[in-house]
Amino acid sequence: MAEVLDRRMNTEIAPLPVKTVPSERVEPNRLRTEEMILNIGPQHPSTHGVLRLEAVLDGELVIDVVPYLGYLHRCFEKHSEAMTYPQVIPYVDRMDYLAAMNSEHGYALAVERLMGIEVPEKVEYIRVLFAELQRIASHLIAVGTFGLDVGAFTPFLYCFRDREDILEMFEKTCGARLLYNYIWVGGLSHDLHPDVLGMVRTFVKKSRATHKEVNELLTFNKIFVERTINIGVLKPDVAINCGATGPMLRGSGVKWDLRRDDPYSIYDRFEFDIPVGTGKMGQVGDCFDRHWVRMLEWEQSLNIIEQILEKFPQDDKTDVQKAVPKRIKPANGEIYSRTENPRGELGFYIQSKDGINPWRLKVRSPAFTNLALLPLISRGYMMADLIIILGSIDIVLGEVDR
Amino acid sequence: MYEGLLDLIVMLIGKGLMTDVLTVVVYSAIPLVIILLYALVAIYVEMKGSAFLQDRLGPMRTGPYGLLQPLADILKLMQKEDTTPLDADKKLYNLAPFVVFIGAYAAFAALPFSAAYIGARINTGVFYIVAVSSLGVVGLLMAGWGSNNKYSLMGAMRSVAQIVSYEIPAGLAILAVVMVAGTMDLQTITKLQDGGIQNWFIFGGPKNVTGFGGWSSLALVPFMLIAFISYMVASLAETNRVPFDIPEAESELVAGYHTEYSAMKFALFFLAEYANMFAVSAVAAVLFLGGWSSPFGDALNGPAMGFLWFIGKAIFFVFVQIWIRWTLPRLRVDQLMHICWKVMIPFGMATVLAVGTIVTWFAH
Repeated sequence: MAEVLDRRMNTEIAPLPVKTVPSERVEPNRLRTEEMILNIGPQHPSTHGVLRLEAVLDGELVIDVVPYLGYLHRCFEKHSEAMTYPQVIPYVDRMDYLAAMNSEHGYALAVERLMGIEVPEKVEYIRVLFAELQRIASHLIAVGTFGLDVGAFTPFLYCFRDREDILEMFEKTCGARLLYNYIWVGGLSHDLHPDVLGMVRTFVKKSRATHKEVNELLTFNKIFVERTINIGVLKPDVAINCGATGPMLRGSGVKWDLRRDDPYSIYDRFEFDIPVGTGKMGQVGDCFDRHWVRMLEWEQSLNIIEQILEKFPQDDKTDVQKAVPKRIKPANGEIYSRTENPRGELGFYIQSKDGINPWRLKVRSPAFTNLALLPLISRGYMMADLIIILGSIDIVLGEVDR
Repeated sequence: MYEGLLDLIVMLIGKGLMTDVLTVVVYSAIPLVIILLYALVAIYVEMKGSAFLQDRLGPMRTGPYGLLQPLADILKLMQKEDTTPLDADKKLYNLAPFVVFIGAYAAFAALPFSAAYIGARINTGVFYIVAVSSLGVVGLLMAGWGSNNKYSLMGAMRSVAQIVSYEIPAGLAILAVVMVAGTMDLQTITKLQDGGIQNWFIFGGPKNVTGFGGWSSLALVPFMLIAFISYMVASLAETNRVPFDIPEAESELVAGYHTEYSAMKFALFFLAEYANMFAVSAVAAVLFLGGWSSPFGDALNGPAMGFLWFIGKAIFFVFVQIWIRWTLPRLRVDQLMHICWKVMIPFGMATVLAVGTIVTWFAH
């Protein structure tokens, strides 16, 4: 892992884009007008939560934008120092509440690596199955709300209809629909509900149909394409330098997915592609590319789920809590463990000082890092584009603020 | 051919001052009643239609199939607190919703609802409707400026730019019909198209107008179709509906020019939007689809049936607008202007030129 980090550090670092006044850059002989500061949020329908943007506008052109965070800050990192390791899991759920399974998975892996726990194969299968279902659920919301930002209301509800099926499976298995506390350190809270595999089978078929439907209705809609191409262009070198991960990085054409590049759990057993942005309609790394990458990842997750259904050890009667330690008290040490969250690289850095609670826990939040790119990629575009660019980043404020 | 409503009133109470007063009251009350009833229906259709398109049920609890939901909504709006922002320009802020509504309501005066009823028969009916419906723009600007809110102001600015621009392609499309019909009187335009679907202006108009003989009016059909489509597109923009709802773009401007409005003032904006939708749909129905005349010639024709045909055709276009709203995303301001100035106006000009040529050619 250290080498990978080094490799990324040593890539040729391109200079960050120089801050210029876009109105002069776009139209040299433009009449100078007075700039207006527009406060967007925290109560605004399109900030995807309680985010405040301070935008400097010249007419409709965005000259600068500053995101203000902290409206949802809950002191997660400090708080978890007072909690035992299993008690932290519900708080992890509340970070990225649209992808709680993935967050739990990441946290459980970090503690397991710290303690050197091996989990049974069946548990791994269930974890990956649920993580991929959750990834689809999260991308469904990302795609749906992105459509909402562009003004298309209907695909949003189609996405929610599908997400409902996924939540139903989670509910059957662990009783919760949003914040599960399902993936435990060393195991799971419940075994898979007997109905779920059948439900997954029907869901995969249905979801492929929805995928097609959303593509027809939204992705290849002329207006949608016109609205999303060539705006918010993120160059690959800038993306890497700024630490963008997930669809944000892949949308810029960088093939980087931790499921392949730093395999964890049992991801090395499955065949799947890593979709990257190719400038399908406009430039590489524009908002359309990020949306398109999410659409393709949705399909790839379905492929993984189909492979899980084939290989799933159904006759395995292992207790899913077999490897759960009686007492979770890692020895002195530290670990940085990262997983591929729907939004990017979710890293947990845990320092243990021989106690039942983490001495220090730091989260590397993908949404936070990606949001930091907003000013870089939205200068010089119009106010209406700013909202679309923000939507294409797909932030979850629970994770940005923690 | 048909005796008007006016004659009915005269017949009932004779001529005199009372008749005049009563006529004014009745003639102005009828459109208002129509607007209110229609708004209830349109709100319900919008709610149920969007629900149908989005794979959900829509209102189901208020009355059977949620039929009373629009009424409940209106009652709710009436009970809401009527707020005024502290720093608002109070006069403009309070006046704006009424100006917007008057603009929409005034257009109803010249709509030929039936052979027996038209609020005011003006020989420049189309011109009048185009003119008064622009009055709403003043109201929108007043609302945006008076609210003292940046979102409202941006919404109002966009709205004015958009509506003023799109009046040109709408006007050009109307001009094409007016040239063929040779009149601006909506009642006459409708009467010309009476006698069946083949006489509608979208299909080239009646064969006996302006010296047309036989099937020569077939040459007009493609141009009339272009005029019809460009009128429908422009009318979407004029009523601020999707995909041209940029002035009230929810995801950017919260609610645009009516962000600060609450209670009945908000309801008036809402009502004006629905009334505008009906007005532009009705004009489309009159100009291109024969207004109150039956598509089956003399069958099912007459003043009463005509009223139903007229309402039916207009409601159909209202439904089309709703359908489009829940299907398409929104354009951006510059793309909107691009479509108007670089696509629709050249097409409109070409249509006017072509229709003019054909009309003069065959008239001689």
